[in-house]
This record gives sequence, C-alpha cells and structure tokens, in this order.
Amino acid sequence: MEPLSNKRKVLDFKPLTLLERSYLPEIAKGLSITMKHFFKKPVTISYPEQKREFSENFRGQHSLKRDEEGKERCTACGLCALSCPAEAITMTAAERQPGEENLYREEKYAAVYEINMLRCIFCGLCEEACPKEAIYLDGDIVPTDFLRKDFIYGKDKLVEPPLNQ
Amino acid sequence: MFKVTIDGIPVEVEPGTTILNAARQIGGDIVPPAMCYYSKLEGSGGKCRTCLVKVSKGSEKDPRPMPKLVASCRTTVMDGMEVQNITSPEVIEARKGVVEMLLINHPLDCPVCDQAGECHLQDLGFEHGSAKTRYEFDRRKFERIDIGDKIQLHMTRCILCYRCVFTADQITDKRVHGILNRGDHAEISTYIQQAVDNDFSGNVIDVCPVGALTDKTFRFKNRVWFTKPVEAHRDCDHEKCNGKVTLWYKGEDVIRVTARKDVYGEVEEFICNTCRFDKKKTADWVIEGPRKVSHKSVISSNHYDTLKPLPVVKTNPLLQEANKDQFERETRL
Repeated sequence: MEPLSNKRKVLDFKPLTLLERSYLPEIAKGLSITMKHFFKKPVTISYPEQKREFSENFRGQHSLKRDEEGKERCTACGLCALSCPAEAITMTAAERQPGEENLYREEKYAAVYEINMLRCIFCGLCEEACPKEAIYLDGDIVPTDFLRKDFIYGKDKLVEPPLNQ
Repeated sequence: MFKVTIDGIPVEVEPGTTILNAARQIGGDIVPPAMCYYSKLEGSGGKCRTCLVKVSKGSEKDPRPMPKLVASCRTTVMDGMEVQNITSPEVIEARKGVVEMLLINHPLDCPVCDQAGECHLQDLGFEHGSAKTRYEFDRRKFERIDIGDKIQLHMTRCILCYRCVFTADQITDKRVHGILNRGDHAEISTYIQQAVDNDFSGNVIDVCPVGALTDKTFRFKNRVWFTKPVEAHRDCDHEKCNGKVTLWYKGEDVIRVTARKDVYGEVEEFICNTCRFDKKKTADWVIEGPRKVSHKSVISSNHYDTLKPLPVVKTNPLLQEANKDQFERETRL
C-alpha cells in the first residue's frame, strides 16, 4: 500500500552491545537527572499551609455585603437567581419590620438566601446582575466537605460579619 | 370605511376609530405604547403622552400634516390619513422625553417592587428611556397607604394615569376613590383612607401599569418570574364575574390570582374579589393549561410548556437512593 505521508520509519533492531546490556550508563544518566532536581526550586507549593496569590479577577466564595452603616444590602430582588445559569441560588423574601432599620437597608430583605456550591460554576453573573452591589465572589476557594447538604451555604456563611466585630 | 396608512402599512377601519386602535388592528411593532389608555375603560387615555405619533397627512381632503405630534389614543382617524410612528425620528425622540418625564418622580425601586417583571413602565423605560435623568430635585415621597386589607397603594410609584379612577367609576356602583390636589401635588387617594369595599375593587391592581397598586396578599411573596402562570376557571357565584383567571404557581401553591391579560397587558374580563383573594387552592379551580408567555418576557425564563417538568428523580429508584439526603432535608433547596 502507498503510504499517505512520508513519515513512516522502518525500525531496525540491532543486537545490544555488552555495555548497553549492562544498563549501567543509562542508570547513571537517569540518576543524574533526578539528582539535578534536588537542587532546583520546586514548582509546587504545599497548599493549604502555603497559598499562591490570586489574580485580581479571581472568583471565589460569595459574600453578601453590608453597607457603610452595617445594614445588609441584599433586598431579595431575585436577579442573581434569575441570571444564574446553574440555578444555584434560591431565596425567600421578607418584609422589614419597624425596629429593624439598622439591620436591612431596604424595606424588603432576604430572610433565606441559599447558594448550592455544588451547582455554582463561579461565573460571576450574579455579581454582574446585582443592582444593589450586594453580592461579590471575593472569598477564598470553597472548602471541601463530605455531605452534599453541607454544600448549601445559607446566610450564616455568606453574609459579611457585622462592622463592630 | 376609512383607509389609514400607519408606517406605510394600509388598513381599513371604521370611522371614529382612534389611531391607536387602528394600529392595534395591524399589530406588531408599529403599535404605539400606551400607559394610560385602556380599551376596557371608557374615557381613559390622553394623560401620559407615550402614544404620541406624527400625522404626516391629515386626510384625503386636507392633506396638510398636523402641526404637532398627537396622542394616538385620543385622535380619531380621517380618510386617507398617513401616520408615522416608529418610522419618524421625531416621535422616538419625543417618546424618550415622555419616559424621562414619567420617571421624574418614580422611585426606581424595582428590586423591591412586586410589579417588576410585568411593569409597563419598566418595558417602556427599557425600550425608549435613557439611562440618566436630568432632574436634580428630590422625588415626591409618600407613606404607604392600605386601601382595605387586600390592596396597597404606593403613591411614590404612581404615574397618575387615572386608570384606577376610571375602573372605580365604571365597574363599581359608587365612586370611592379619586385624585386629590392638583399638578405636582396630585395623588390617588380614598378620602381619609376609607376602605374600598366593592366586590370588584381588586381590579385596580390589574389595571395599574406600574406597582402603585399592588396585591397585599402577594406582597414580597415571590418575584413574578419565579412563578408559573396557569390558566384556570371556576363557577363564580357573582353574576358579573365569570371566573376566568390566571393562577400564579410557586411549586404546588397558588400564590396569586389575576385576571387574564391580552398582548397589550389589558385584562380580558374583570374578576371579582372572591376569585382574586379568597380562592387560593388548586382544588377551587379547573386548570386549563399553562399560560403562553412571550419569549421576550422575563416571566418565560425557566418555564416549561408542560404543567410539570419531567420528574426524572421521582420515578427512578437508583436516583432516589442517591438523593436520599436531599429528600430528608426539612427546608427547600
């Protein structure tokens, strides 16, 4: 058959010489490469004790922001959940009661706000959609866990800590 | 029959038809938007000026153009009239100005407002408005008013279209609410917050083009685009109500009942308060099927044409076993 390309090579196996049969020079060559790497700077780091610097546009775990006075910015408008391509966000809205003005910025707030971190693809569309600048993906890498239910992050994990702490 | 040409499309209409209704007979993009005009309400229209069009030829007998842009909901057609709507840059520019004017006192609290997603002012602003306002003064501020225990009035959001006043005039026996004060101080009110207790008072919620009049039973329950609209009907005892409604489902629960609306956002038939506020169980209704939602509407997102999305997990024992933890969870995912 005519070859399609001229890349075909015909191998010829010659019998090994005595030196080659002893394998010693090849072992020495290989070990020298190994030894050379002992003195090189390692390319890996020992995460989690040591962490690399994130790039500026890195998107990690979500956080729900507070405003200058420590009130929650989120008003449960649902635009983050609407824009979410993975449908990871759910929320339940509630009406702010008199006396809670120092807790929530608008008359409506998110009573329940949950993000399923297994569904989230960290695309950042929720951040873009938010009209109140309430959600940012500025956290760390989301930690691992054993149970699926523990990946559903509620307000306890997402909301920023209050200002005075 | 009068022959009218709107944006180059000829149509024959009855004498006495308004330009807006002639355009609606053609349909499509050339229909001028309307915030205050409501075909089911007599005397409505002429307030908001969003439906301005240019008449480039008055009629066959008198072909002079009209000197100014005219409100198409109030101007009747003449034989041989030629109208420009979206083909005239002047109209587009004027409409942009009208939207800016309507938004002067509007609080733009769409993230909080229950009307968001089905708000005509949102649509209008999205299509014709500019992103910035030139208005430098404080917006009007009002306290929320409860009209009865089921309807809430946010006067800050009102654009004074008078639709609710005409509704009150027309479908209720005695007038119980109207507009107080004049000009910039004008506001919708029931005199001394008197409760509106008519069987059809809930319809003011449906006719309101913005979120000024909202359903208190639906307040902050959910966003419109997360609910699923389903057509349904029931035998209503009220002689004037025929019980044809749209149910808005969230999961298994009916969280809101509204009248059915046509392509222009106008209700087809007014419904009584019993149907609207008291019948919120699936058992009360005969379900007809999912409501067709335009793909341009945000409400259509994540909606299926079937009543229930495919229950893959519920029928498969393997998947059920794998999702055991999820099913045992108390709160919803």
